[in-house]
Amino acid sequence: MIRLDNLTKVFDTQKGAVVAADHINMEVPEGEICILLGPSGCGKTTTLKMINRIVKPTAGKVFINGDDTTGLDTQTLRRNIGYVIQQIGLFPNMTIEENITIVPKLLGWDKAKYKARAREMMAMIALEPDAFLKRFPSELSGGQQQRIGVARALAADPPVMLMDEPFGAIDPINRAVIQDEFLKMQQELNKTIMFVSHDIDEAIKMGDRVAVFREGKLVQYSTPDDLLAAPKNAFVESFLGEDRALKRLNLVKVREIVTDEIATVVPSDTLETAMAKIDDYGYQNAILMVNERKQPVGIINRSVARTTKGYCRDHFQAVPAVVDLDDDLRKAASLMFAHDQTWLPCVNDEGTVCGQITQRAMTSHLGARYRARQGDDRKPSAAIKE
Amino acid sequence: MELFHFALDNAGLLLSRTIEHIALVGVAVGIAALTGVPIGIAITKNERVAQSVLYLASIIVTIPSIALFGIMIPVLSLIGHGIGYVPAVIAVLLYSQLPIIRNTYTAINNVNPALREAARGIGMSPNQRLRLVEIPLAVPVIMAGVRTAVVLNIGVMAIAAYIGAGGLGTFISRGISQSDPRQLIVGAIAVSLLAIIVDYSLLYLQKRLTPKGMSREAAAS
Amino acid sequence: MPIRSIKGALKVLVLVAIFFAGVWSQSSGIIDEFVWYLPDVKYLMVQHIWLTVMSGSLAILVAIPLGIVLSRPKMANVAESLMQVLNVGTTIPTLAVLALSMSFLGIGTVPAVFGLFVATLLPITRNTYTGLKGVNPALMEAAAGIGMSPMQRLFKVELPNALYVIFAGMRTALTINVGTVPLAFLIGAGGLGELIFTGIDLYDPVMMLSGAIPTALLAIVVDALIALVAFLLVPRGVNPSRA
Repeated sequence: MIRLDNLTKVFDTQKGAVVAADHINMEVPEGEICILLGPSGCGKTTTLKMINRIVKPTAGKVFINGDDTTGLDTQTLRRNIGYVIQQIGLFPNMTIEENITIVPKLLGWDKAKYKARAREMMAMIALEPDAFLKRFPSELSGGQQQRIGVARALAADPPVMLMDEPFGAIDPINRAVIQDEFLKMQQELNKTIMFVSHDIDEAIKMGDRVAVFREGKLVQYSTPDDLLAAPKNAFVESFLGEDRALKRLNLVKVREIVTDEIATVVPSDTLETAMAKIDDYGYQNAILMVNERKQPVGIINRSVARTTKGYCRDHFQAVPAVVDLDDDLRKAASLMFAHDQTWLPCVNDEGTVCGQITQRAMTSHLGARYRARQGDDRKPSAAIKE
Repeated sequence: MELFHFALDNAGLLLSRTIEHIALVGVAVGIAALTGVPIGIAITKNERVAQSVLYLASIIVTIPSIALFGIMIPVLSLIGHGIGYVPAVIAVLLYSQLPIIRNTYTAINNVNPALREAARGIGMSPNQRLRLVEIPLAVPVIMAGVRTAVVLNIGVMAIAAYIGAGGLGTFISRGISQSDPRQLIVGAIAVSLLAIIVDYSLLYLQKRLTPKGMSREAAAS
Repeated sequence: MPIRSIKGALKVLVLVAIFFAGVWSQSSGIIDEFVWYLPDVKYLMVQHIWLTVMSGSLAILVAIPLGIVLSRPKMANVAESLMQVLNVGTTIPTLAVLALSMSFLGIGTVPAVFGLFVATLLPITRNTYTGLKGVNPALMEAAAGIGMSPMQRLFKVELPNALYVIFAGMRTALTINVGTVPLAFLIGAGGLGELIFTGIDLYDPVMMLSGAIPTALLAIVVDALIALVAFLLVPRGVNPSRA
């Protein structure tokens, strides 16, 4: 757990005092990733760096796991906080192994323990220990170097990690891969993480919570979904972008808006039965056909059912697409657009049909929060503590 | 005070020795530039040749000047120029090669590849590229090499007084042999000031020769 | 032009030159003369090396700590102006340095060692300073961020990363030193300069060469030796010659 209590930084410049961080109050619960988001010069990096005193706070306190760190010796404090920076900062004079084991060595671990730890870390970041440990940073690609950077920060198993635009210098494709790997690691490690980013998509993908900064002030602190659904003011709204509703598609799972009411036919039904069901349920163009294990095998078009006689098994078409309960709405929407469908069947892990998802349900789910907000504009944002 | 009077009394001699010193170094480095710059450009065509040429030039610079004189005098005396300004000028010529060749070579090599491609793209011939793009961009760095060479060789020329080449070193050599601290100190100070002043003047010239648009870049490098 | 053969051509030329030099020296009895100077060469060479070791190690012992101290952030104000002075100092010809040293300290080994010390000190200090200042700030932030003390940062991060530049400074400085030691003879400190300068005065080519050739070789050996030490000592990850 990290708690910032009125954390403030004032820089003295030639043009006078500049308040880089103004009475920042926030709390990151244990095991969560908090993204500090905002345009450059908004104070997010200053705030992050005050936690490990790379920037010395002018006022305010930092609590880690409930303990005030003010009285703590700077080096002890830093050795117990993992730190990853955008420029990576691996020591070029040391091998990969020496880089990873540096903090455990500073903490006085014995040799066998930190050597084993290095191999463990390599396994965690999916790099072959024997191939990499004896190499030097200059011999690695940028993506590999940043994986080592993360491993170095995690080596002494600190409860808290600070990451300053850690994946900012990596090309988009590798960045996505490293982000996914990191999220997977975090599921097991459960670190409390503060993470600076200026990339809204990264924030939504990585963050359990997002803190938006502007001109040294914390403007909004909430979950990504709340942030996108209910931006607190015009600045946050414009920073999130006009397509912010679409960004929420990433955050919602099919499971959340699936309706389990779906009518189906089986191959042995007549087209007449199919037509009757289509009419009963008010389907506009087609009905799903499933086999005896309730797996989707085809669709019967309304026009076919109305004009033709015979059995469903002879007159079906291929299922255009299905979605999984754990897919996000972004994938569902994409499949709908690609196949020109207004609904898609949903399947569970066994591949049996368990419901359907409609465009209507998606838009109404996304729109619900905006409508609620218009109805009650003064709704207090619980996450912000003044 | 005594020094000051001595310097004033010998102002004429001091001046003529200074001019002699500058002239010898200037002529020798001038000739060195005429050979060093073309060599520096030529070796950009072949990496391996470049490495051998630079290696050879760096070995030459490693040889102490007095040792070089000691080796050259017996050889040059075969043609009757064992002592005097000839070995001194040859030494300066040799020592100047490394800074001038190396700076020319790196400057041409470091010309931004994008510029070179742009020059090719607008249809310049290799010669035009060299003349209109690469050399103008390399001039400040080449000048820096010339400057290094001049400052280095003002010191070499001072030692050359011992082989009868003249220049400000004469004051020092006489000062030592005649145990005359006035000559010694005036000579030492004069040659030091000469080196410092020439260094700064050439730095000024180097800045003036930098194409206006890239003066910031050059300052950064 | 078949460029590839330049090295080959050079080798042939050198061999031919050596051959003729051999023939000539044999016929003129010059080798016997050289042999006659051998004990002198040995004695003076030891003296020469001693002067270099003495002044060089003193200079290293002073210059590196000085460079380190000047590169500390607290010294930033003083350091830049002091480096300006040092830069001017390096343009002063070594003969002038020795002459000035003599005019204040008189004749003998002490003024010679002092003059050599000053001439060697400046390039090493300068390179130590610029090498340390040139260490990537991201490394320094990472080092601070993971909780290294200032001393640990200096010894584990800054110095190893600046070492190549520091060695380059030592190489330049000690090569200059070895080349300046002959001049120290002029102010009464001995060394191989004795043979060279006396050879010039007496116009004795063999004497000149007996001093000049060992001096040249010594300079080349010292240069190569320091390059070798740098090659071995500078960590592989930050050593351009081992990349």
